[in-house]
Amino acid sequence: MTGPEYEVVIVGAGPAGISAACVVAETGRDALLIDDNPSPGGQIWREQERHGSNWEAAHWLRRLQLYRVEVLRGATVIDGDPDKHAIVCETANSVSTIRYKKLILATGSRELFLPFPGWTLPNVMGAGGLQALVKAGMPISGKRVVIAGSGPLLLAVGAYLKKQGAHVLAIAEQASWARLARFGLGLPTQPYKLAEAVQLKRALFRVPYHAGAWVEAALGETVLERVRLSLSHRRWEAPCDYLAVGFGLVPNIELAATLGCKLSAGCVQVDPMQQTSASDILSAGETTGIGGVELSLMEGRIAGYSAIGDRLNAQWLFSDRERMRRFARRMQKAFALREELRHLPLEGTLVCRCEDVSYQRIAPMPGWRAAKLHTRCGMGPCQGRVCGPAAEFLFGWHCQSTRAPVFPARIDSLIGHKEE
Amino acid sequence: MSEPVYDVVIAGAGIVGAACAYACSREGLKVAVLERDFIGGGATAAGMGHVVVMDDSEAQFALTRYSQQLWQELASELPADCEYVRTGTLWVAADEEELIEVRRKHQFYSQRKVPSEILDSRSLDAAEPQLRTGLAGALFVKEDAVVYPPCVARYLLERSRDLGARVLLGKEVIRLDDEGAAFEDGTMMKGAVMVNAAGARAASLHPDLPIVPRKGHLLITERYPAFVHHQLIELGYLKSAHKSTADSVAFNVQPRKTGQLLIGSSRQYGMDSPEVDRSILSRMLARAGQYIPSLPGLSALRVWTGLRAATPDNLPLIGRCPGYRHVFAAAGHEGLGITTSLATARLLIDQLMSRAPAISSEPYSVQRNIAVHG
Repeated sequence: MTGPEYEVVIVGAGPAGISAACVVAETGRDALLIDDNPSPGGQIWREQERHGSNWEAAHWLRRLQLYRVEVLRGATVIDGDPDKHAIVCETANSVSTIRYKKLILATGSRELFLPFPGWTLPNVMGAGGLQALVKAGMPISGKRVVIAGSGPLLLAVGAYLKKQGAHVLAIAEQASWARLARFGLGLPTQPYKLAEAVQLKRALFRVPYHAGAWVEAALGETVLERVRLSLSHRRWEAPCDYLAVGFGLVPNIELAATLGCKLSAGCVQVDPMQQTSASDILSAGETTGIGGVELSLMEGRIAGYSAIGDRLNAQWLFSDRERMRRFARRMQKAFALREELRHLPLEGTLVCRCEDVSYQRIAPMPGWRAAKLHTRCGMGPCQGRVCGPAAEFLFGWHCQSTRAPVFPARIDSLIGHKEE
Repeated sequence: MSEPVYDVVIAGAGIVGAACAYACSREGLKVAVLERDFIGGGATAAGMGHVVVMDDSEAQFALTRYSQQLWQELASELPADCEYVRTGTLWVAADEEELIEVRRKHQFYSQRKVPSEILDSRSLDAAEPQLRTGLAGALFVKEDAVVYPPCVARYLLERSRDLGARVLLGKEVIRLDDEGAAFEDGTMMKGAVMVNAAGARAASLHPDLPIVPRKGHLLITERYPAFVHHQLIELGYLKSAHKSTADSVAFNVQPRKTGQLLIGSSRQYGMDSPEVDRSILSRMLARAGQYIPSLPGLSALRVWTGLRAATPDNLPLIGRCPGYRHVFAAAGHEGLGITTSLATARLLIDQLMSRAPAISSEPYSVQRNIAVHG
C-alpha cells in the first residue's frame, strides 16, 4: 500500500504541532498535521476553533488557516515504519499509510492520576478533564467543587470554574509553602508569568488556597458526597459535588517509543535542533518534557525550522527556549510530588480501573511486567496509560511497554498495512 | 552459613518448571526453583494457554491426553484468576477434503475414548454463528479447555512453597551440571538432581538439546462476550503448522473468560527477536478474517510475540541429559507446553522415584533417535 507523501508530517495539533506546521507551511512546503480530535488545538486549546476566547490560540489557529495547512482530523496514528518513512493512520472508517520526509512528533501529555481512597467514584475527575467537560457545556454553576493536586493548573482550573459560577470550596496544593515561596521569589525574572499569577490570584479572590495540603479520600456510597483533605495541622472535610484532581502531566511518548526514539526520564530525548535519536524524526512540546504552552510553541517553531533545514532561524530561538526550559525545571522542582502521596491508597483501593486491580494485589509484584501478567493491571483499553505512571510513582517501577498498535486499532487496519 | 543441598534444583519458573516443582514437592522432596526473571514470564505468558488433545503421533496423543486428565483433576482447586474454562475445541473443516480428516480424527478419538462429535455444516453454523457460512463441518472435541498460564504457574509454585520449596526470582543460572546450578557471581546451589526447564533457553544451558526457537504472534481484542463459544482451529492447521521450514499461519481463535478474543497463530523459524513482524501478522489476521468475516471490524488491544521451544519431531525432551548423571531435561514443548506440563512433571518424578509411569516415557527420552517429523 503506498500512501501520499508530504515533506513534513506533524502528529499532534496542540501548540507545538500547530507552530511547527505553520513554520513549515509559511515557506510554501507541504505539511500535514494529524490529530485524533475533531478539531486542532490539543488539550490546552480545546474548543478554541469554534468559540475562541484565548487570543494566543486564535492567533495560531488563524495562521494555520492562512497558510492552508492540511489538517487530518479524527485520525489516530497506530503504527509506523521508520525505515520506510511511513506511518499508519486510522480514521473512523479507513486506514492509510502516510509517507514523510521529516516527521515531527508533538503528541503532548496527559494528566497524571494517583490513586487514593475513593478516586474512582463518579464526579471525581482530572482537573483538566473537568475543565474540558465544562467547556463542552456541562453545567457547573452553583456546584461545590474541591480542587486538589499540584501545580499552576489547579489555579487556572479554579479560576475558570469560579468564573463559570462554580463554588470552589478549596484548592489543596501538595507542595509546601516553603517550596512555593522559593519558587515565587524567582517569578520577577519572568514578568509574563508574574502577571499571569497576579491575574489568577485576583480571579480566585476568597477561594481558600492551602499549600502542603492533599486529598486523603473521596467519600460517598455510589457517587462523590464528601472530600477529606489533609491540611498542615488538621483534617478538613466537607460535602461537595465535584473533586478535581491534578497531580501533574505525563508525556505521551508511546508513538515515539514505538518508532524507536530514545527516551530519557520518561520523555523523548532530543538534541538542540529537536531531532530525536531516530533519523528524520523530530519531537517538540510536552512529549520532550513538561513545560507549558510557551515552551511548546517555541519548541514547535524550532522543530519546524529544523525540519526544513533552516538552522539559522532555529538557532535564533535557542536562548528563549533555554530560558523557558530553566523555568520549567524550577517549576518541576517546586511542585515535585511528596512522599506522603505514595501512602494514600488503602489495600482495596483500585490502581488499575480498566481491570479493577487493587493496590494490595499489585504491591507484592516484583515489577511492572509481572504485575501485568499476574494481575491484569494495565491490560485494559487504556493499556496502562493511567495506572502505569501511577505504579511508577507508587513502586518505582519502570512502566513503559510500547508496541504497535499504539492505540487500540481495528483488526482491519492491521491486516491492511501489509508491507509491499 | 552454607547453602543447603537440595533434592531437586529446577532452572526455570515457567509452567513446566512450576509443574515439576509441585510434583517433586508433593513427594516430599526438597526443591529449589531458580528463575532469571519472574514466574511465568517466558513462553508461559506468551502462548494461548490451551489444554488440548492432539494426534499428530501416538506419542503426542498419549502425552496430551494424559496431561489433559491431570488438568481436569487440578481444575477444581485452581483459583479464579487461572481462568480454566472447558470451552472444547472445534476443528473446523473448510471443505470436503478436510471433512475426511474430521472423520478420521473422530474415529481415532473414539477408539481412545476421547469424547468428540462431528458437526455438519448446519450444526456448525448454529454452534458458532460468527463463522462464515458454507464451511463443511467440524469436529467438536469436548474436553479441551483454555487457561491463563502465568497464574497457574504462580499457583503451582505457591503450593510448592507451602510444601517447603524455595523459589528464587531474578536468579539466572549460567551452568547446570551434576554438582548443581552455577550463577554469574561464582556462587552455586547444590542439588542431588538438576532439572533444565528453561524453555526456549534450555539449549543455552545444554547445547546438545535439539531445541530451536519457533516464533509466534498473538493478538488480543477488547471485550466481546459470547462472540464465539469454543476454541476454533482450522483443520488446515495440520497441513501448515508443522512444516519445519517455511513460515506459516493458521486460523486459531479462543474465547477468554474476560470476554476477549485471543487470535493466532503464526510459526516462524530462525528468529529470536521479539519484534512484531507486520507482514506475517497481517497474513495471520487475514486468515482469521476468512473464517470469521466480522472479525476485521473488532478492536485489537495488543499484539505480542513469543518463542516456542521446538524439537525436530515435535515431542518434548523429558529425562536424563546425555553426558550427565544427575541432570534432567524437561523442555522442548513447542506449542503444547501448557497442555503437557502436568504430564511432563509426572513422567519426570516417576523417573526420579524409579516408578513405572502411567504412559511410556520412551518417546520423550532425551536420548531417543530423533526423526524429523512432517
